[in-house]
Amino acid sequence: MVGAADWAGVAQQVVAGLSSGGTYATLAVALVLIYRATGVVNFAQGELAMFSTFVAWTLTQHGFSYWPAFALTVAASFGGGIALERVVIRPVERASVLTVAIVTIGVFFVVNGAAFWIWSPQVKSMPNAFSTRPIRIAGVAFSISDLGIIGVSLLAVLLLWFFFRFTKLGLAMRAAALNPESSRLTGIRVSWMIALGWGLATALGAVAGLMAAPPLGSFDQNFMQPILLYAFAGAVLGGIDSALGAVVGSLALGVFLNLLGTYVSWVGTDLRQAAALAVILGVLLVRPAGLFGQALVRRV
Amino acid sequence: MSRVVRIAAGLVAAAAAVALVLVLPHWLSDARAAEFARAGCFFIAILGLNLLTGYTGQISLGHGALMAVGAYTTAILTANHGFRDLWTIPLAGLVAMGAGFLLGLPARRLSGLYLALATFAFAVAMPALLKRFSGLTGGSQGINLFDKALTRSTGALGPVHVLGRTVATNDFLYYLTWGTGLVLAAAAWVLVRGRVGRAFRAVRDSEVAAASSGINTGFYKMLAFGISGFYAGVGGSLFVLVSNWFVSPTTFAFDKSLLLVVGAVVGGLGSLAGMALGALFIQFVPSWAGNVSNAPGAPSVFFGAAIVLVMILLPSGLGGVLRKLTEPLTTRL
Repeated sequence: MVGAADWAGVAQQVVAGLSSGGTYATLAVALVLIYRATGVVNFAQGELAMFSTFVAWTLTQHGFSYWPAFALTVAASFGGGIALERVVIRPVERASVLTVAIVTIGVFFVVNGAAFWIWSPQVKSMPNAFSTRPIRIAGVAFSISDLGIIGVSLLAVLLLWFFFRFTKLGLAMRAAALNPESSRLTGIRVSWMIALGWGLATALGAVAGLMAAPPLGSFDQNFMQPILLYAFAGAVLGGIDSALGAVVGSLALGVFLNLLGTYVSWVGTDLRQAAALAVILGVLLVRPAGLFGQALVRRV
Repeated sequence: MSRVVRIAAGLVAAAAAVALVLVLPHWLSDARAAEFARAGCFFIAILGLNLLTGYTGQISLGHGALMAVGAYTTAILTANHGFRDLWTIPLAGLVAMGAGFLLGLPARRLSGLYLALATFAFAVAMPALLKRFSGLTGGSQGINLFDKALTRSTGALGPVHVLGRTVATNDFLYYLTWGTGLVLAAAAWVLVRGRVGRAFRAVRDSEVAAASSGINTGFYKMLAFGISGFYAGVGGSLFVLVSNWFVSPTTFAFDKSLLLVVGAVVGGLGSLAGMALGALFIQFVPSWAGNVSNAPGAPSVFFGAAIVLVMILLPSGLGGVLRKLTEPLTTRL
């Protein structure tokens, strides 16, 4: 059942797993951000990331190289996320959580369709962000691209953590998420804090999309859907209200998926998603609020 | 007094619904009747989702997979075991009910998003499992009853004779799905007004309060999943018939599960008439969107925009509007 495992091979697979896990983690943190601000899972998060990636692709077609396109796209996504929140989420701010969730499903369809409409269904390919050469560490060849993706993902999440932990605006956003009424009384514009959250989440999504696209070789408008699924699973595994949990959960999921695909042959590509979700389900049954989530104490 | 008025209003509305379902095919083309029959299948599945999410407060992103269980029960029994397709419909409901109970097991421990992921896992795994066990399910080819069991597929050979009358196939399928739908809607109406319905609502409104009033919350959650599974199974079984007696793993990819939730919320959870509107929404709005423009991606844009617009303008769904319109009638009397 389990093939022969040499340590160099395992190390390579773990790093490759951390690399895809890093992409999941970036998107998972975006999900957590919106979940904590509004209590909904943003079903459109992956498609927004896809749209950002296509914007960046257009820029690279017009003479920009990868990193300038990256910076421009992340900035534009931040603005786009805020604008989207103002237009479609603001009107349902006071509606039930389920209503808001359905609105995000609507946004999913709109963004996915718009991308097909604008960019035609032909597959695209993105220039590489990092060198494609391998690098040898302790005699094992690692891919520079994998290491770079891990670095960028962690950097993005760390920057966000610094923002929330050490700036006044970050504090205001946390307060608005934790207790909207009291925050309003202290003069925080809660509704704008939610918009800001959408902006940050969309920018993070752009990072995830731009990290995920180049290694794929070619991608189409649906390339973020499995990644959203894994990000959702990773976030829930870690505990949906914990950003640290989302990162750890997603990285663990990435490594697990990669090892599963490499060493357990009877789990074909078809069953990979199912197997991953089954394991997460098992973990949740033991820890119903995720690995890092806090069990709610309910008052009647 | 107001209770009597309410029940009387309910009966009048039910009679009107029956009359509407009966006469509608006179104005429908053959192809339209087939589309309405599909909507009828969605209606039944969404009724089940309404019992689960609207009345018991449990989220399911896996109802498309429960429909698949019902659909494959019908397909396998008809193709390989000599059953006539119509007789498999209740059996499909019962098998899916079993699957619903199993899906309800994690609900005893999980809630909210964690439950949503668990049910979503079921929806994602279903097509893969159907392909994996190809000996039973025909793999990715699916099962085509039109080839395998033509004589046992009611209406596949031409008009159907019912009660001495000849009914065109698509009209027959229309009457079958919406007739079944109305019976199941009536059953749901009775259920939510009884002891079980009260327990469901208690679980929804506050699990802790329900438990401290002596309600076995775990049991009622599983019961809601089971009953809801029965509805989804019947809907899935009928879906095989209205899809030209054909089913394959892609028929019930996870987007069907999302679509059902969209239908239930757009229709307005907690409103039976709203569920019918939700079913019509997910059946007809995508095809209308396709008529506006068939550029790649354009229908999806219009469909998504329609969902967003309905939710912004009517946060409690289409059924919420119906209730507001009819409220003066039932409260003033």
